[in-house]
Amino acid sequence: MKFSEQWLRELVQPAIDTQGLADQLSLAGLEVDEIESVAKEFSGVVVGEVLSAEQHPDADKLRVCQVSDGNETFQVVCGAPNARAGIKTAFATVGAVLPGNFKIKKAKLRGVESMGMLCAEDELGLSDDHGGIMELPADAPVGQSVRDYLNLEDMIIDVDLTPNRGDCLGMVGMAREVGVLNKAAVADIDCSAVAATIDDTVSIELKAPAACPRYLGRVIRGIDINTQTPRWMVERLERSGVRSIDPVVDVTNYVLLELGQPMHAFDLNKIEGGIRVRMAEQGEALTLLDGSEIKLNADTLVIADHNKAIAMAGIMGGGNSEVSEASNDILLECAYFDPIAIAGRARNYGLHTDASHRYERGVDWQLQARAIERATALLLDIVGGEVGPVIQAVSEANLPKPVALELRHQRVTDMLALEIPSAEIEEILTRLGLQLRANGDGSWMVAVPSYRFDISIEVDLIEEIARVYGYNNLPSNTPRAELPLPSIKESKLTASIVRRHLVSRGYQEAITYSFIEAGLAKQFDDQNEAVALANPISAEMAVMRTTIWPGLSKAVAYNQARQQSRVRLFEIGQCFIANGDDLEQENSLAGIISGNRSPESWMGKSDKVDFFDIKGDLESLFSLGGDASEFSLVADTHHALHPGQSARIEKAGVTVGWVGAMHPSLQKSLDLTGPVYLFEIKLSALLEGRLPRFASLSKFPESRRDLAMVIGSEVSFDSVRSIAQSEAGEFLKEVTLFDVYTGQGIEDGQKSLALGLTWQHPSRTLNEEEINASVQAVVEKLTTDLGAVLRD
Amino acid sequence: MENLDALLAEGKAAAEAASDVKTLDEVRVQYLGKKGHLTQLLKGLGKLSNEERPAAGARINVAKEALSDVLNTRKSLLENAALEAKLAAEKVDVTLPGRQPELGGLHPVTKTMDRIEAFFSRIGYSVEEGPEIEDDYHNFEALNIPSHHPARAMHDTFYFDAHRLLRTHTSPVQVRTMEAQKPPIRIICPGRVYRCDYDQTHSPMFHQVEGLIIDKNISFADLKGTLEQFLREFFEEDVRVRFRPSYFPFTEPSIEVDIDRGDGKWLEVLGCGMVHPKVLEMSGIDSEEYTGFAFGMGVERFAMLRYGVDDLRLFFENDLRFLSQFN
Repeated sequence: MKFSEQWLRELVQPAIDTQGLADQLSLAGLEVDEIESVAKEFSGVVVGEVLSAEQHPDADKLRVCQVSDGNETFQVVCGAPNARAGIKTAFATVGAVLPGNFKIKKAKLRGVESMGMLCAEDELGLSDDHGGIMELPADAPVGQSVRDYLNLEDMIIDVDLTPNRGDCLGMVGMAREVGVLNKAAVADIDCSAVAATIDDTVSIELKAPAACPRYLGRVIRGIDINTQTPRWMVERLERSGVRSIDPVVDVTNYVLLELGQPMHAFDLNKIEGGIRVRMAEQGEALTLLDGSEIKLNADTLVIADHNKAIAMAGIMGGGNSEVSEASNDILLECAYFDPIAIAGRARNYGLHTDASHRYERGVDWQLQARAIERATALLLDIVGGEVGPVIQAVSEANLPKPVALELRHQRVTDMLALEIPSAEIEEILTRLGLQLRANGDGSWMVAVPSYRFDISIEVDLIEEIARVYGYNNLPSNTPRAELPLPSIKESKLTASIVRRHLVSRGYQEAITYSFIEAGLAKQFDDQNEAVALANPISAEMAVMRTTIWPGLSKAVAYNQARQQSRVRLFEIGQCFIANGDDLEQENSLAGIISGNRSPESWMGKSDKVDFFDIKGDLESLFSLGGDASEFSLVADTHHALHPGQSARIEKAGVTVGWVGAMHPSLQKSLDLTGPVYLFEIKLSALLEGRLPRFASLSKFPESRRDLAMVIGSEVSFDSVRSIAQSEAGEFLKEVTLFDVYTGQGIEDGQKSLALGLTWQHPSRTLNEEEINASVQAVVEKLTTDLGAVLRD
Repeated sequence: MENLDALLAEGKAAAEAASDVKTLDEVRVQYLGKKGHLTQLLKGLGKLSNEERPAAGARINVAKEALSDVLNTRKSLLENAALEAKLAAEKVDVTLPGRQPELGGLHPVTKTMDRIEAFFSRIGYSVEEGPEIEDDYHNFEALNIPSHHPARAMHDTFYFDAHRLLRTHTSPVQVRTMEAQKPPIRIICPGRVYRCDYDQTHSPMFHQVEGLIIDKNISFADLKGTLEQFLREFFEEDVRVRFRPSYFPFTEPSIEVDIDRGDGKWLEVLGCGMVHPKVLEMSGIDSEEYTGFAFGMGVERFAMLRYGVDDLRLFFENDLRFLSQFN
């Protein structure tokens, strides 16, 4: 809420300067966003009267004016199209200093002497208007300083009010708050009743009394809407960010700003029958004041006459009942609407008005009678007319009830860790307008005024006490608590361990958006339909990722485009997979590598990364929990991966992720320079480890035999190893693969493998015959099952 | 025997002349070996008389020892020289870069989040996580933000349908924890949150760490003390902290915390407050018996302040030139 400091100080006079006031408000929870001068600094500018304006002899666009400052007449050359005899304007005399330290000196323009300058609004920093020189009212006193005449020694204070402080959305509320903080008296607004001079009324029916329990109306006939709104009022409106429209609208807006009570005026002669406050019919049409045509929803409260809706209650009036320059008779409206009946409605129609802003937050439910009198009095002063009686429709049952709360002194002490004396508590709350009655047992009954509708429970009172006492004056200490030992599972790993492990293997952690472009999501995952946002911020951020790969791939492309050819990234984050009505959201870990295996080095050239680089990284992750044998890779195809270089990751037989080379066509469509390898695994699979279990050490020597064989190139190493493991007897300790060879000497479609088998017995030395028998068993099985041929 | 002196002189000269250990060994064999010149002389003693023999033998042995000394001295000299030469040849340029796989690094948001977690986990807070696609109840209703509440407008929410949304804060994790656990509760909830807002100072996705403590006798003073200490420790300086009344539907009183950045300007860094009794009651906690406080902070903001990052968008571009600065 923006307001004029002058206006505030007319209501309450705290003995502090502007900055002090702003700090005080901020520390009381009414955060001051900005303080702005009404006008920039300037001096030497007076109200001048243009006595004559003649064409410049040598310049088409310039006029030579004779300007009076009340004492003397000066010749001023002016280029504004509206410079003409008879107008009053802002006259910067020689010696004046305009904003930006622009000094006005005697000058010659195209040979004609000019003694000063006539100013447009932008030249005085009043607005951006450069349409012509300012035209001041005809009664502006010639010679008076423009700063004084326009009352420019004022500041605009912009307070960012929290939604609970609707009571401060009017000057009276703001002044009340300042009064409380400074223990200063606050002026009353005169809202005394204006006597009716005519009997005219209209009927008012409350058809939705829960939403509108109080509706006040008043007929005023024979107004002169074409009079000028007084300057002081226009000034206050403008300094509050409200444009002056006509005196009737201006008065209703003024009362809204002053008391915080939204009001509306209808053209009485456009109302058919009488007023009905009712819910809208679904699809009912209404053209609003701003010209927009609305199809109403049934949850929207409207003000209607007997034939049509004429306003969206608490939000905006309708065009069909609008006050215009032809209006003579009006109906003033002043209502209390339940905040819940208004909240969110304006937003549903893409609207936000000063009225809806206030009604959504709540308006003092006892303010309407005062506000309508205040508006009436102001209107009579400005537009005249004959006033009817206040017409009141009320549903007492639906009005809020006065609030009375119990406040326990002990509760205050406990919550604030400070015993504030009773007298001080009473004093603070009384200043806030609350009424206290001591119960005699260390508690009070507190009556809450209707304008503090945000106070509804005891802790709200404690907040008020703390706020006025000052949060920074309250004590500070640290909690005392029991310290039970936490349970820490030794076999559990943390995401942090996984992260640091990848960092030590050269991966940089990335964080990519959880929402991605729908098409990109499909390119990576043809199995799951990505969950779509109803209101995405853009097409690039429209659906929730089912895999982290799209984000990481884009990050690689981003870096490749910036001369970073060697990229290793990982990310941990949730992925979202819809499963019928269920939604699986689990943390995933994904990695991507591209470019050279090693950073560029003097030790020699590095090869490009391949499948076994990323597999090695994965295997090192499997080993983190101490039980790598739980994991296996199973050759399988994936939409996003190269069909010959991809595998499912299984843990104890359950699929937990994928690894492989990015599919070349996907890579091409993403403009990535290859090769690119990816892995993704459910984070939970890596976090369950194993508790180490000691096995006694054998004192007896190991025996090793190496086997070289030629075997079909399609035969997997896994099948070779599992035969070795199953056939080599119980004392086999280890199978290692120390060579894989294809090429010269080996037929096409074949490969040569070299295995090392190591045995050890826990309690004796294995003899030659035993080892040979084991080797024989392995070789026979490899030959019969896999067609292996032993090499010499 | 007359040539003994000559032989010794000759042997000594040969030893001194040897330029490597191998040549020197040949000299040793030549003079002191089984068939060496001096050994031969000893063998020739048999030809002498019994009277002459002892004196002659003693002289030969003295000569052998003398030559052996020379040979040994020469040998260690040559060995030292050889070692020196070898060491000189093996010299490396220690300033050449070492062989290593090159370290990666953690994202600055993770670093910041880890640091925040470290402070609180050491005073007994445990880390809780929850789903990012939340329901309206846990994100709003259970936090005392009913559907008509104006505070919803402050939350620019991403929706999927009438009930599901992207969490706008990590507070729903607090709600889920309160539903599942009995007090005392001490948790922090780090994670991604989402708001439908995108410009230079707003990202539609960012990170929060929220904290919650619920116990008997938790007061406003505990909240102040905890957060004052946290801010001082986080920034590692005696930063001035100020507490300003604010409004969040789920806390009462509600507070915004500002720090003095040195230039006299206050900067808002976190929001907090005493847990609203309604929020406790909705999660089945007796608000007469228990009180608590909650706080929430934007991780990117803390990272920006801590590391001097001036553009929020950098955190999600994943530019290696940016990320590697935090390694």
